[in-house]
Amino acid sequence: MALEYYLVLSALLFTTGVIGVLIRRNAIIIFMCIELMLNAANLAFVAISRSLGEASGQVFVIFVMAVAAAEVAIGLAIIVSVFKHRQTINVDEVNSLKG
Amino acid sequence: MNPEQILFILFGAVSLIGAIAVISFRHPIYSALSLIVTFFAQAGLFILLGAHFVAAVQVIVYAGAIMVLFLFVIMLLNLGTLSAKGAISGKLKGFAVILGILLAIEGVYIAVKAPNDPADASAETAIESVSTTTYNIGELLFNEYLLPFEVTSLILLAALIGVIVLVKRESQEES
Amino acid sequence: MSKELIVVLLVAPLVGFLINGLFGKWLKGNEKLSGWIGALAVLVSLVCSIIAFTSLNSGAAPLDETLYGWITGEGFAFNIGFRVDALTAVMLLVITGVGFLIHVYSIGYMHGDEGYTRYFAYLNLFVFAMLILVLGNNYLMMFVGWEGVGLCSYLLIGFWYEKQSATDAGKKAFIVNRIGDFGFLLGMFTLFAAFGTLDFTTIFDAAEAGNFQQVFGASTLVIATLLLFVGAIGKSAQIPLYVWLPDAMEGPTPVSALIHAATMVTAGVYMIARSAVLYNIAHTGEIVAWIGVLTAFFAATIALTQNDIKRILAYSTVSQLGYMFVGVGVGAYASGIFHLVTHAFFKGLMFLTAGSVMHAMANELDMRKMGGLKSKMPITHWTFLVGALAIAGFPFLSGFWSKDEILHSAWGGSPLIYGIGLITAFLTAFYMFRLIFVTFYGESRVEPEVASHLHESPSVMWVPLVLLAIPSALIGLLLGWGGHESWFHHFTKAVAGFSSEAHGEASGNVILFMVISSVVGLAGIAFAWTRYSKRVPSDEPTGALHRLLANKYYVDEVYNALIVQPVKNGSHFLLWQLVDNGIIDGIVNGVAALIRFVGGLLRRLQTGLVQVYIVSMVLGIVLFLAYYLFFT
Repeated sequence: MALEYYLVLSALLFTTGVIGVLIRRNAIIIFMCIELMLNAANLAFVAISRSLGEASGQVFVIFVMAVAAAEVAIGLAIIVSVFKHRQTINVDEVNSLKG
Repeated sequence: MNPEQILFILFGAVSLIGAIAVISFRHPIYSALSLIVTFFAQAGLFILLGAHFVAAVQVIVYAGAIMVLFLFVIMLLNLGTLSAKGAISGKLKGFAVILGILLAIEGVYIAVKAPNDPADASAETAIESVSTTTYNIGELLFNEYLLPFEVTSLILLAALIGVIVLVKRESQEES
Repeated sequence: MSKELIVVLLVAPLVGFLINGLFGKWLKGNEKLSGWIGALAVLVSLVCSIIAFTSLNSGAAPLDETLYGWITGEGFAFNIGFRVDALTAVMLLVITGVGFLIHVYSIGYMHGDEGYTRYFAYLNLFVFAMLILVLGNNYLMMFVGWEGVGLCSYLLIGFWYEKQSATDAGKKAFIVNRIGDFGFLLGMFTLFAAFGTLDFTTIFDAAEAGNFQQVFGASTLVIATLLLFVGAIGKSAQIPLYVWLPDAMEGPTPVSALIHAATMVTAGVYMIARSAVLYNIAHTGEIVAWIGVLTAFFAATIALTQNDIKRILAYSTVSQLGYMFVGVGVGAYASGIFHLVTHAFFKGLMFLTAGSVMHAMANELDMRKMGGLKSKMPITHWTFLVGALAIAGFPFLSGFWSKDEILHSAWGGSPLIYGIGLITAFLTAFYMFRLIFVTFYGESRVEPEVASHLHESPSVMWVPLVLLAIPSALIGLLLGWGGHESWFHHFTKAVAGFSSEAHGEASGNVILFMVISSVVGLAGIAFAWTRYSKRVPSDEPTGALHRLLANKYYVDEVYNALIVQPVKNGSHFLLWQLVDNGIIDGIVNGVAALIRFVGGLLRRLQTGLVQVYIVSMVLGIVLFLAYYLFFT
């Protein structure tokens, strides 16, 4: 199997995540899409690691997973807080950044 | 077609369909379940690539821990159906999809072009022969990447404390 | 005479200035000490000057030495250097001699003043600057001194800065002088363009050899000398820039004596005498002489009707400076400088006596409120009388010799100048003795409370008066006996440009001129006696001519209407309201308004919707990637 197949798959998964982030309003789904993007990156990491015959890429995947876990914990906590505060988790209803 | 190719197409299709399902379902529960499917498919891809340890971690951490957390929150907040009206107009949505497709084209272009660099000419042969074992990863993790590894633990600690503070302040405000 | 001597001479007043200027706060409790430090500094200079003078007099070669390079560049070099020849030596003696006596006098005069140490600091700084002016061996150093004395003049005129009129007078002096200084600068530029240097020796040699760039064609030197003369007009208060000097009397009286009678105002005369070579070649002396004689006459007529003692003396100074310019203008440089010397003594003396009168009269200056002071202040009276006789040209007193020499030379130049000069001499004698008769003779018109403590000045003040009165009387006889063959002429013969005097020998009988001058002077005195020995000047001017004179020909008013007001209006409407408010503020406000407008447009992009932001971010990523992948 050529490396590029894995990379193409990774790019498609990543783009799917991006589109999800752009079009969905539910904060939790947006979060899931971010996880998708991270996973796509992981896939590329592992594929390239394999192609180079080197384990470093897999080590980075471990790190990415750790960071993703931390991020999800914090993010979900924030979502819970926002929900308690505003009774919604729709990002277009949370617009206090408006200038 | 050899078995590896068949398996790649199988896992790849499943993960891609799962991903599209994640962003398509209205209900978050369905999205979360689709995401779990995607994660499992990806774990399969990792095994195909010979990264058994990563595949195991993928299943345990992502499909296990993280997704449980998602489901837990969704159910806790009781996010059933979501109101359809929103500030993001259809026009912007269409524009976002077009942007995403453009990005996909660019990503595929990179993916196809990059390994053809002469410097990486040996890559295609290498991918078949060399395998990386859990032993290798452990050695790297506790020698070369020891400091980042320790820092990761600090990140997790910080996340832990952060979550506690966030939720605790919330509860104080309520009381 | 060595270089070290000159350095000591120059630096002593600077040291005095630094001590008084920097440590004035600690000296405040002990003002006598502060004053004597100032006087001592000048005394050191005086001693050095005398040494330099005697060595020159005994035949030593003039010193022309460069200390070090000040500004050196590609193709030009300005040096700090000294030139001490007979002309400089004479100036040094005048500056330090009169300066020292005035310092001593000031110790008594300024007694109890709030700014006592400040005063002596300024005075020492002035002496320092004046010494630079006369010691420099190039025009740039002269200019440095020139500006230095201008600064000190400004500071000292406005010494009592709480008084509005004093600060106004200081500003007036400074601004009017600026016009002259501008001329001086342009003259210097012209000289530099023509000669490539500002050193006296080089310029004079090249000018005589005709070896220089004709930057303005054949009239290069004419333009250069006339521009320099503009500087002299400003500094030496000639028509049309004399207006600052009468107002300068707002300063302390010793300052008027030192700066505005004896030394600084004569800087213009010195400068022209120093540039004698150039004036000889350019033949611009006639213009100088005409300006001088007109100023002399003009100022003398104004002095006829003034009632303020110091103002009379101020106009008299302007008038006498005019005489000096006549002297240097007709080529009688030595005579002009000779008059400068005698004038420094007798005019300095008269200012100091005026100060003595003021001191006794509680700063009263209007002579209509005086009268009969002779019995109360005998020394002041006698010394003033000596000064007045000297300026009036009383036979064998100093003014007689110097003025006569100038008039004699003027006859050789132009009989008309001589005629006007002679009339002016008459007027001079008249207004001076009008002053004397009204102030010191007749009935006392002093206010009772002032009269009760009317007294002669303390010894620290009257001793300098006496010390000045003696040279005022005798210096002319000592130095000027023999007219153009006198010792003074002999001494200054070696100065560059002096020896080519084209006059004197050609003109008539020396004795006849002396007799005419004496008769005219005595006639002026007699006329003043007939009019003012019994009478007091009336308060209100009678007749049109009188009113014209009493109002100083309305020159200040005319300047105000023609120059000051247009400049003010121009500044107000054009510069302030149009340029500053309209254009500059307009630009600033316009930029702000533009930013505000653009900001208002961009503000709409801030929807507060995170996803809109992300879309723009992704758009950016897509575009950048497209650029890198497909266009590079």
